[in-house]
Amino acid sequence: MAGFLQQVVEGLGAGAIYASMALALVLIYQFTGIVNFAQGELAMFSTYIAWQCVAAGLPFWAALALTLVVSFAGGMLVERLIIRPVEGAPELTIVIVTVGLFIFVNAAAGWIWTFLIKDFPNPFPQGALQLGGISVGFSTVGVLGVVALVMVLLYLLFQHTRIGLGMRAVATNPSSARLVGIRVGWTLALGWGLAATVGAVSGVLIAPLLFLEPNMMGGVLIYAFAAATLGGFDSPAGAVVGGVIVGVAETLAGAYVGFIGSDLKIGVPLMIILGVLLLRPQGLFGRAVVERA
Amino acid sequence: MRVSAIGCTALLLLAVAACGGRDSGGTGTTASGQCQGQQTTGITDKSIKLGGIYPLSGPASAYGDIPKGIKAYFDYVNAEKGGIGGRKVEFVVRDDGYQPPKAVEEARRLVEQEQVFALFQTLGTPSTTATWDYTNQRKVPQLFVATGASKWGTDTTHPWTIGWQPNYISEARVYAQYLKTEQPEAKVAVLYQNDDFGKDLFGGFKRAIEGTRVTIVAEQSYEVTDPSIDPQMRNLAESKADVFLNITTPKFGSQALAADAKNTGWNPLHIINNVSASITVLKPVGFENVQGIVSSSYYKDPNDPTWQNDAEMVLYKQKMQQYAPGADPNIPYHTFGWAVANSFHKAMEAAKCPTREGLRDSVRNLQNVPIDMLLPGVTMNTAQGDGFPIESMQLMTFKGERWELFGEVIDTRKEFGPLTG
Amino acid sequence: MTGRADANPATRDAAPATAAAATGEAGATSVRLFGWDAARWRWVAAAALLAAALYAPFQLIPFHVFQLTMVLVYAVALLGLNLLVGHAGQISLGHGAFFAVGAYAAAILMERWDTPYPLTLPIAAAVAFVLGLVLGVPAMRLRGLYLALVTLAIAIFLVPLLKRFEEVTGGSMGLTLAKPAPPAWSGLAEDQWIYFLVLAVAVAAFLLAGSLLRSRVGRALHAVRDNEIAAEVMGVRLSFYKTLAFAWSAMFAGAAGCVYTWVIGFVSPDSFTVNLSITLLAGLVVGGLGTMAGPVLGALFVMFVPGISQEINDAAPGVIFGLLIIAVMYVAPTGLAGLAGRLIRKIPRKE
Repeated sequence: MAGFLQQVVEGLGAGAIYASMALALVLIYQFTGIVNFAQGELAMFSTYIAWQCVAAGLPFWAALALTLVVSFAGGMLVERLIIRPVEGAPELTIVIVTVGLFIFVNAAAGWIWTFLIKDFPNPFPQGALQLGGISVGFSTVGVLGVVALVMVLLYLLFQHTRIGLGMRAVATNPSSARLVGIRVGWTLALGWGLAATVGAVSGVLIAPLLFLEPNMMGGVLIYAFAAATLGGFDSPAGAVVGGVIVGVAETLAGAYVGFIGSDLKIGVPLMIILGVLLLRPQGLFGRAVVERA
Repeated sequence: MRVSAIGCTALLLLAVAACGGRDSGGTGTTASGQCQGQQTTGITDKSIKLGGIYPLSGPASAYGDIPKGIKAYFDYVNAEKGGIGGRKVEFVVRDDGYQPPKAVEEARRLVEQEQVFALFQTLGTPSTTATWDYTNQRKVPQLFVATGASKWGTDTTHPWTIGWQPNYISEARVYAQYLKTEQPEAKVAVLYQNDDFGKDLFGGFKRAIEGTRVTIVAEQSYEVTDPSIDPQMRNLAESKADVFLNITTPKFGSQALAADAKNTGWNPLHIINNVSASITVLKPVGFENVQGIVSSSYYKDPNDPTWQNDAEMVLYKQKMQQYAPGADPNIPYHTFGWAVANSFHKAMEAAKCPTREGLRDSVRNLQNVPIDMLLPGVTMNTAQGDGFPIESMQLMTFKGERWELFGEVIDTRKEFGPLTG
Repeated sequence: MTGRADANPATRDAAPATAAAATGEAGATSVRLFGWDAARWRWVAAAALLAAALYAPFQLIPFHVFQLTMVLVYAVALLGLNLLVGHAGQISLGHGAFFAVGAYAAAILMERWDTPYPLTLPIAAAVAFVLGLVLGVPAMRLRGLYLALVTLAIAIFLVPLLKRFEEVTGGSMGLTLAKPAPPAWSGLAEDQWIYFLVLAVAVAAFLLAGSLLRSRVGRALHAVRDNEIAAEVMGVRLSFYKTLAFAWSAMFAGAAGCVYTWVIGFVSPDSFTVNLSITLLAGLVVGGLGTMAGPVLGALFVMFVPGISQEINDAAPGVIFGLLIIAVMYVAPTGLAGLAGRLIRKIPRKE
């Protein structure tokens, strides 16, 4: 039993990572209706900025604050410079632009910082909490805590500020929002900035565990997709819950289902995506879209 | 719309066809005199043209650093030594993104369009496998391929292709040999990358421990697309094995080392394979966490203070700075490139004829050729029926901030007999 | 010059691909030069293209013949993807999986049962078709983003699956096969023979796709793409046609994979990563959705642009490749085929 619980705890740790990435994906999808393939790479790039700041001698928390500000600005800039020119083009065109961005950012990071792995300072202390035979790493607790904090902040932003209200209006109905005087263009840029900031947080959380290198986020992305699908692509809270479930399910399946083993465990997100979409396409927390023909 | 697009393509194709000329790719030049009839494409009295194929883009781009070390070496030799035997070396590097079809395309480009003398290094088992039929049909040397698969040496139908680094099976034998003497009853847990590299090394290890009391009690694989190998490490830890064999590439090597260090309840003897034994892999984990781990090596690590005053290492670092100013000489891939380029230099000098046939025969007849960047006691040796230039390695253990070599250089040929398919 | 102004990224009225295809059609019919109408021009152009394609391998060095062969292989794969994405309006990020299935089917047939290579083509295509049908039934209940995610997951899962069943697939080492040898009577070199084989497959595939689209099925697909609900009201059996489109598209991918095996002579799981699927989709969108020229232009892009990127930036070719994808999407939001169409309409002409 202790072994089982231990696996669940480890799954929670992995799940928190997927959740933070899924959160960033969902933020952009909410406002623009597109899936940003470059989300993970942008997060990786932000993490390198943080690494560079630390390497230059800044204390960790100052480096983090600086990185979040730079990422926010960078996210808005990406929307203004790269996405804006194809706004109004077919959806698939925009998706392919993000694929181009993925390839560009990945190669650029390798060019600037090489493909050698870098060690990234862990903001959380080493060691683990011992709870009745189960050990919970401080990093696991820390990652879960930060993701929860980000959730709360986003909730406050959306529900209790004017900007958040405007963003929700744009997400629900862009043309009506425009009519009531909301600057839709800037709101979309704001959405990208916000997503980039959340992505940066997730990158900084992940880097000490996976080690920083340009391909760090590539493997995480599919799990984040599964998490977002499970939770509902238009629900930030759903993304977080989805991420945690995916992490636990994957860990348990890899450990206890003999046939799956560690090599086929990537099949777990596939089954989750497929199952959810067939049974409840809007995800656990998503709204069912009623279309007007 | 269709009209124009189809029309444009047709015009383009015709234009390309018109300026082509099929014959130009088919024929090469041949030598006269003593080496009569042998191919001299890509080589003159003043120059040699070589081509290499590496992943400069895509997920395996880390290996794209190897050609930088090679280029620095050739630039140095061209500028300060007058080239190899008076021939200036031109090294053309092409990107295959680690995709076999792209590797085939680039091999053809190098041989037919660039008219290279030889393919000097193709990287990766899949890319090399996809191209070696072609190079052997065209009778183009494909030298010192950057993969440790054992088939480059055991195969007899591809005489133009040869490896360089110790093959993965030889490396596995070194570890098996060590366990047999040090821990004859060892229970081993294995983590391996689920591809040709991991399977080859793991398979070699399994064969090498046959008939001994060393047993494998747990094995876990991972895919290069996995974000983390933590789950695999937990499953391995449950086996309570007393030896952990870590068959990984650098990023996963670091992750496995960190996971082992974090798990205080399981303290096996940690053996890490050479691919991940670089200081650049250990340092991010923290030196205090990797004390006492064991690996094996055959070339000098530029980060290892042991070689601080080594003549070749000093020369290497100085020339890297001079000829590859942007590149960090501490990246072991650069060192690898330098060593393999030096090996080419020696093999080319030893060739009886400056022809493709001459080079092919030369690399298959290397006798105790010393390469200064290799560990003392490790030399290149090949013969008819032995297509593995380097088959010796030395064990080392990590102490303080450096690897310490221990024991003798192990020549796996002597210990296990020649490797056969 | 006017054409360039129109192609400016600032153009906001870029119509969706579907509409552009329709207007492209209309625009083409109004082209009249030398008193020939568009239909005749199209035949002339197609004949010229075929003539050039037949002549090229006798002029080009084997390396270029190989490149053209690979363009044809990708074109067949993109043709299938175009049926699904361009004509039925469904997004697939797993097309590489069916490509891999075709390639592996051919490789296993040749390796394990010594099947003569011409026989592998219909079998590989059939296997991919059936698999497309089986996966298409659940997948086609989904739309847009969700279908994209499911197909993406399939593409990712295929790689470890191929490694798992080692006895059949050769595991991570892959399978190495002999390439088709030219028969003595032809007097052709190996590269030329393989080129003509692939060219024949490609021509057949394009003719098949063309007739498919002109048939009842094609009209039903267009109706589904343009307005699902209206189509359903008019009596189009939605799920049936969508599943059929998925299966057809899988079949073309399987055929492309089979000829890929002939050309390369080596298959391994890591040759068919998810990158292949994404590259194929990007190639198609860059080439142009919903047109016959799109797959060809897309195949040219997939084949040649990575090489060009390396010429521009040796240190990091990906930087240039990524930028080029973005740049093409700016200049031609509806793909290169759409761009060509727009340019041609700018040429002043007598009516």
